[in-house]
Amino acid sequence: MDFFGVNIPVYSWETVLGSAISGVFLGAIYALVALGLTLIYGVLHIINFAHGSLLMLAMYAVYFAWVYLGLDPYLAMLIVVPGGFAFGYALQRGVIGKVSHGRDEIILLATLGLAIIIENSAQFFFSANERQVQVRYDLDGIDLGVTFAVYPELLALGGSLLITLLLWLFMVYTDTGKAIRAVAKERRGAQLVGINVEHIFAISFGIGTACVAAAASLLAPTYTVHPQSGYLFVLIAFTVVVLGGMGSFVGALVGGFIIGITEQLGRLYLGESLGLITISAIFILILLFRPTGLFGQRAP
Amino acid sequence: MTEKNKTKGMRRRDFIATGAAAAAVGITGFPAILRAQTKAVKIGIVHPVTGFLQFSGTQCRYGALQAVREINAAGGIKSLGGAKLEPVLGDAQSKAQVGAAEVEKFNEAGVSAIVGAYASGICLATTQAAAKHGIPHAVDVGVNDKIVGRGLENTFRFGPGFGLITKRGTEGLIELNKAAGNVVKRIVIVHENTTPFGSYMASLMKKGLEPAGFEVVEVLPHPTPNKDFRNIALKIKEIKPDVVIPSHYYNEGALFLRTLQRQRVSPKVIYSVLGGASSQYRFVNEFSDAAQYVFDCNHWFNPKNPAAQALRKVSEAAGKSYSYEVFLAYTAVKFVADAIERAGSADRAKIIEALAASTWGGHFMPYGPTKIVKGQNQGAQPLVMQVQGKEIEVVSPAGFKTKKAIFPRPA
Repeated sequence: MDFFGVNIPVYSWETVLGSAISGVFLGAIYALVALGLTLIYGVLHIINFAHGSLLMLAMYAVYFAWVYLGLDPYLAMLIVVPGGFAFGYALQRGVIGKVSHGRDEIILLATLGLAIIIENSAQFFFSANERQVQVRYDLDGIDLGVTFAVYPELLALGGSLLITLLLWLFMVYTDTGKAIRAVAKERRGAQLVGINVEHIFAISFGIGTACVAAAASLLAPTYTVHPQSGYLFVLIAFTVVVLGGMGSFVGALVGGFIIGITEQLGRLYLGESLGLITISAIFILILLFRPTGLFGQRAP
Repeated sequence: MTEKNKTKGMRRRDFIATGAAAAAVGITGFPAILRAQTKAVKIGIVHPVTGFLQFSGTQCRYGALQAVREINAAGGIKSLGGAKLEPVLGDAQSKAQVGAAEVEKFNEAGVSAIVGAYASGICLATTQAAAKHGIPHAVDVGVNDKIVGRGLENTFRFGPGFGLITKRGTEGLIELNKAAGNVVKRIVIVHENTTPFGSYMASLMKKGLEPAGFEVVEVLPHPTPNKDFRNIALKIKEIKPDVVIPSHYYNEGALFLRTLQRQRVSPKVIYSVLGGASSQYRFVNEFSDAAQYVFDCNHWFNPKNPAAQALRKVSEAAGKSYSYEVFLAYTAVKFVADAIERAGSADRAKIIEALAASTWGGHFMPYGPTKIVKGQNQGAQPLVMQVQGKEIEVVSPAGFKTKKAIFPRPA
């Protein structure tokens, strides 16, 4: 089909639908990675450049739990999620908070520095070898007619919906969630009513890291882990966070699906390389009409 | 003690001490002087050990260093009095310009030769930078024919270029199809397009296969790295080709074959040319089902040479997969070491002369003794392999065959 001089291939509806469904699965993964990122941004108002490195580290944890403890990656969540929380909490309290002195530009540099340290340490200790968790149900799944959905993909989709719901419930109904929201909205006011802001910062960073650890468990059966594996997802997760509205969980979820579906359909019609420009196109288009993102709120 | 007394005579204790020192010099002193004279020969070893090519780059570095270890353990460069090879390591970070910058550092460090740099794009940059300083550069893997086609006198490639690999790959497919009674015709080519090798290979394959009666119905390029092959699998499902020809690096190769398996896409033949995962023991061990019956025209060792199997054992004992990166970088270092041995000098110009005149036959690749014309080893050739069970069997050419090809794959 010729469209303004550009030859657009024609595919059967089965292929197009199959591609869109694969976009939903891909979007679920983006959303999973973006959830932690958006939480950290929402509270600390910083972009966490170490997010990809933390994802990679969590994927290694899942891999080693599988190799040395024989743990299925989904069961490994029971270890890596609390571990991720503790690691994130300690990182914020012991490193980022201490070196930043409350200045945002230093926090950015601190997370960037952490990313470099984590990545190079992984390369030194774990080598550049790609490693892959193998599960016996890797090829099992449901035939959707137009495409075959394997269990790891379905679990990643279910996991991302469940984690979004849990986070939302946590933020709305728990005292800690309310404290996080208070700090995110008005730091000084929260301090005045007796909320320990440093503790809330660390809890937020911890939850963000726990989210990334959960994402690592859900990604491990499908993707290889190597010192740079985090980058594959995190760069797009940044786009998802801005598109969905910085600090919004629902925004991260919806943004993830929009980007996933757009990317897959773009790649189908424009090719695997050129198709990636559709992500930027949809991103610019949405921000033109909603500068705060789909579910973002205007700054007070 | 006065000054006079000091010079008057030697005391017993001084005599014993001096005698012992003299004896020590007598026993060890001269070899010590000899060792000082045999200065180590510095070799620059550059690979992309970080960035998206880090797996292959690390494999290459391991192979190169293993060769250095073996050469040094066997007494170093004998014509230089047993001079040891001293590796100077560089990381191209998967970027051509960084590779070129590493060559500048090598020049400052005074290396006599360079081995590297895995990817074609990086090799094009490193060989050119090395030419500026007259440093001999042995290319270990880089298959782009332009690497040795630019008239650079310092550049040598021991292995084959992709012009020849693609030609052999095309001939191999035609031969296998003919032997099976021309059972396949429609082809889809899937290739990476971030570096020059994938796109060029695809165009050469198309040109070679269509006159032979094959129909290339679709060419599907993709970037490196690529995290999802489902769209490509869906397209292949719709097109229903007889043969899929993939060509990419390891990560993409592994993910592509696994995606085909997950999406229940099983063409009659998967025949890769320079397929990243298809002839890797690691992939065969980890994803045996996805790898079964996959063909690959690629770099390979002479399966009948025991030295090749010995290196496989050493590599696996060190926890390294025995991949083409390992044995190509290994042989490239030995190729350079042989030239230094014959040059009898660490001088760059003399090593270049020795490499150009090389007739080295002490390797385990299926190339025969080296014969260099315009930097390219004329005997270099790829082999066609097929995964059968847990082994990678050579199925063509006849002289190196270890098993008969299974073509097409059983339903």
